[in-house]
Amino acid sequence: MKSTQCYHCGDSCDNSLITFNDKTFCCNGCKTVYEIFSENDLTCYYNFQDNPGAIPTEIEGKYNFLDNKEITEKLLDFNDTNTQIVTLFIPHIHCSSCIWVLENLHKLNVSISSSQVDFPKKKVRVTFNSAETSLKEIVLLLSSIGYEPYISLEDYEAGKKTVDRSLIYKLGIAGFAFGNVMFLSFPEYFEVDGFWIEKYKPIFRWLMFCFSLPVVFYAGNDYFISAFKGLRSKILNIDVPIALGISVLFIRSSIEIILDLGTGFFDSLTGLVFFLLLGKFFQQKTYNFLSFERDYKSYFPIAVTRISKDNKEENIQIYDVEKGDRLLIRNQELIPVDGILINGNAAIDYSFVTGEAEPVAKKSGDKLFAGGKQLSGVLEMEVLASVSQSYLTQLWSNDVFQKDKKSHFKTITDKISKNFTIIVLSISIISTVFWLFFDVSKALNVFTAVLIIACPCAIALAAPFTLGNMLRIFGKQKFYLKNATVVEQLAKIDSLIFDKTGTLTTHKENTITYDGIALNTQEKSILKSSLRASNHPLSRTLYNSFKEIETVVISNYKEVVGKGIKVDYKDINLKLGSSSFVKNNDEKSTLDTSVYISFNNEYKGKFTFKNSYRKGVKELFNSLKSNFDLSVVSGDNEGERVYLQENLPKETTLLFNQKPEDKLKVVAKLQEKNKKVAMIGDGLNDAGALAQSDVGIALSENINVFSPACDAILDASKFNKIATYINASKKAIQIIKYCFILSLCYNIVGLYFAVTGQLKPVIAAILMPLSSISIVVFTTIATNLLAKKIK
Amino acid sequence: MSVIYLLLTISIIVAILFFIAFIYSVKKGQYDDSYTPSVRMLFDDELVIDKQEKSTLD
Repeated sequence: MKSTQCYHCGDSCDNSLITFNDKTFCCNGCKTVYEIFSENDLTCYYNFQDNPGAIPTEIEGKYNFLDNKEITEKLLDFNDTNTQIVTLFIPHIHCSSCIWVLENLHKLNVSISSSQVDFPKKKVRVTFNSAETSLKEIVLLLSSIGYEPYISLEDYEAGKKTVDRSLIYKLGIAGFAFGNVMFLSFPEYFEVDGFWIEKYKPIFRWLMFCFSLPVVFYAGNDYFISAFKGLRSKILNIDVPIALGISVLFIRSSIEIILDLGTGFFDSLTGLVFFLLLGKFFQQKTYNFLSFERDYKSYFPIAVTRISKDNKEENIQIYDVEKGDRLLIRNQELIPVDGILINGNAAIDYSFVTGEAEPVAKKSGDKLFAGGKQLSGVLEMEVLASVSQSYLTQLWSNDVFQKDKKSHFKTITDKISKNFTIIVLSISIISTVFWLFFDVSKALNVFTAVLIIACPCAIALAAPFTLGNMLRIFGKQKFYLKNATVVEQLAKIDSLIFDKTGTLTTHKENTITYDGIALNTQEKSILKSSLRASNHPLSRTLYNSFKEIETVVISNYKEVVGKGIKVDYKDINLKLGSSSFVKNNDEKSTLDTSVYISFNNEYKGKFTFKNSYRKGVKELFNSLKSNFDLSVVSGDNEGERVYLQENLPKETTLLFNQKPEDKLKVVAKLQEKNKKVAMIGDGLNDAGALAQSDVGIALSENINVFSPACDAILDASKFNKIATYINASKKAIQIIKYCFILSLCYNIVGLYFAVTGQLKPVIAAILMPLSSISIVVFTTIATNLLAKKIK
Repeated sequence: MSVIYLLLTISIIVAILFFIAFIYSVKKGQYDDSYTPSVRMLFDDELVIDKQEKSTLD
């Protein structure tokens, strides 16, 4: 059967087909959006991309908190009497149609003066007049056209973010100075003798001096700061010889031109800083649409509805929620605190927390935990603990989240730089001592020349370019790393810990098993027809499993939210849903999600949904077992132990019933044994372990959806490639080592000139860029060859 | 006074002007988002076509 696509959102229109203006729509929501656009001459929206839209979500009352002045003021970037600017994050932004329609918002609301999309960040910046419209109206307008903004607690807390552009400035200055100094030093390279050069030499030299001043004191200041910091903590990092090289270059060149001894090395000096900054810039690959620093604040709403003593609803800021308050949680809202359900149908989706996507039904009196999302209607709850005291959020008070992982990691460059610095210093001292006895006039010259030529530009560039390139290669393979250091850390990993639910299993595919009296064809077709009318995720999954069955026309369809469906067909009556709805008793013992079926009040059986394991889990574990310690750490009960024991290598450690803090401790214990641990998890309950581990990898079904704070985000479709990626990182470290050897060869050639006292500015000016460029070329070719292998 | 001083002054002034333009554009955030403008510049044409279609219909 070929399905008709919705003109607006591209979903199939099998369930309900709406035709309007010769176009087909899957639901009234999509049709309404189309109507809004066609009334306002915005149908161009559909020309840039086919089916660009999203179904507008139910937002009844969800944004009432924007009536609260204090909250809205915190969200605004700019607030003056008549001009307000707000930046909203809209996850749905994905194509040029989105940019077009969002930048034409002023056609839909005249009080919006302009709107500008930042596509890579998925953000829109709206300028409006609050005298005529309000932030709430804008948010509602965006939601009504399918672009619901995502407003979280993080937006409320974050101050005005300032973008750090200093590296671009520095790069600009260094490049500008480098180019100009090169021009100015050209006449003297060719050593044209005569009146002309003699007359104009001083002005050329002093101009070069002026150009080099901002390079040394502004563009290069990071190297001095870093070298100083390193020396203070008694580490000879790579910036020590660099800072030494820069200062010697500058001081010797200045003295040379003051005393009219020579041209100086201003060309090498500016070039060195420029190339080094270029390496830094290249390494700084950022994924604007991803964030590696998220905690629960990015998931939690800003405000929540409280029911006051006199039964009035009011919107209060989440931090003001106190124990004993009564809260109203609407459909699709997140429960921000721990509490007890008072009334309402609760079907809580804890996928943010555990990775388990099937909603859990709760009844009055049950405990609700923070982080769950209500999926069926409105519920009322009583608060047991404030936001920061809740079960989930307490995890973030752990020290792990305060530590900076990067600061105590020793990079491969730092390691080599220690020996390098010592050797260079000894060579310079030995040769100086030699020349002191041989020819005193040359001693100082040789001393500085050694420090200049040994300035480890090529070494310092090897790691940034290799790792920067690896970052891009991994990014193309949907493995997004936080920064370049993660590649090095990944290469050192010897233990891997996997979370189970959501990591080893996927909630995208379910295995459905039927348990009970077999259904006949007629019963099956009634079942399929009733499932067709329901939008509940379980119904959709079950519906798709009946492929070859004809549908019939059913009557008296009734869906009881959070319970199940009642349907009549001729004289047959079908009930399907939870056990309490179908059988009038609760089956507590089952751990799995089930749908119960009864015909004419006679119980037939149940369909059980089980998360299936990802493809390639077994192969992945088998390929990893020889080189790595493997463990599976799960928050679930032991139900799956037998299955895992049978399917995973025997050496795998299996741990169940692990609370978020326990997972963290498991990682810490391994680290005490000097293991380098990578944690692979997906939910907020893994956040502690992800932070504690050496490399925390968050697995994500959809990278646009949020994942907890981590070092790397891996697209779930590439799950079975983890072993390949770790091996690729190891190869990358090999490449860096080869680069070191290559650059040491250049250094030896350079040192020959320096030690023998023959170093001329032109040799330095040739050798320095030559070594840097050849290193960059080598590492680029090598990493690209590596990239071909991991595809 | 040799002409070379004049040439040097002019060339450095021109270079510095471009340099200031670069710094200014970075400061204004022009390099923050290098993708959206490339799409946006194609849109104005689409709108014009839309209007023309309307006027021919009227």
